[in-house]
Amino acid sequence: MIETFFMSVFALGAVLGAVAMFFLRHPMRVALALIGTMLSLAAIYAQLGLHVIAIFQVLVYVGAVMVFMVYAIMLLDTRDRSFTERFSPLLVAGAIGLVLLGGVLLSGLLRGEPISAASASAGELFSIGPFARAFMDRFWLYFALAAVLLLVAEIAASAVLEIRRRSYAQAATEAKRDHG
Amino acid sequence: MADTTFLLAVSGLLFTLGLVGVIVRRNLLVILMFLELMLNGVILSLAVFTQMVGAEAGAVLVFLVFVVAAAEIAIAVPILLLLVRAGHSLDPGAYGGLKG
Repeated sequence: MIETFFMSVFALGAVLGAVAMFFLRHPMRVALALIGTMLSLAAIYAQLGLHVIAIFQVLVYVGAVMVFMVYAIMLLDTRDRSFTERFSPLLVAGAIGLVLLGGVLLSGLLRGEPISAASASAGELFSIGPFARAFMDRFWLYFALAAVLLLVAEIAASAVLEIRRRSYAQAATEAKRDHG
Repeated sequence: MADTTFLLAVSGLLFTLGLVGVIVRRNLLVILMFLELMLNGVILSLAVFTQMVGAEAGAVLVFLVFVVAAAEIAIAVPILLLLVRAGHSLDPGAYGGLKG
């Protein structure tokens, strides 16, 4: 009973954070609302017995991704039209899309067979020890492959960005020379 | 134990809110954050199904999605920084002339 209560509270917190993201104007406040949503989701994972996922949610998402995002917000504090006008002209289309997509997903869930509750052994299975053993025994190769692919993608993106940066710098130098 | 259907509904709601936020908001940084919200909705459904099945492979898949999300943001933010340095605006409408 109390588990269901806390699960509902954290689920409500996650959804309220997501809704607040729509109405907050400053990107920093939007980031704080998203952090609240992510922490609520981490609490839900912990309640489900998925301790590994809860830890990674806090470490990777809140600790790395959102901190990086906050740095970007501090670097780009541009007060242009995107700050004064929160919503794009697609607001009405987005509201209709929200109702339609939300309705389709919810009706699909409600019309389908009721999904059975989770297995009781999840807490033992997804604690750090068993997860680490399974990860290093059976899944290390997949992780290494994913890491290599991501490294290649990062190097390629960095190379493209460097080419663009040099072309911008060259154009700026030529413009200054023409101006002078 | 909470009803799994309830958590899947929350997951669908988060995904829907994220998708609509990408469409209706005007700030590029906020749009990136709504993309993260969509990914969080998907990860919640994946975690719920993982717990239902009780397979470690699901948790490993969630971990890989976390890694990919971190790499994605590590590429997206520098691209955004470069874009804003060139265009001096966070409004996607200011970049209507982008090709390809």
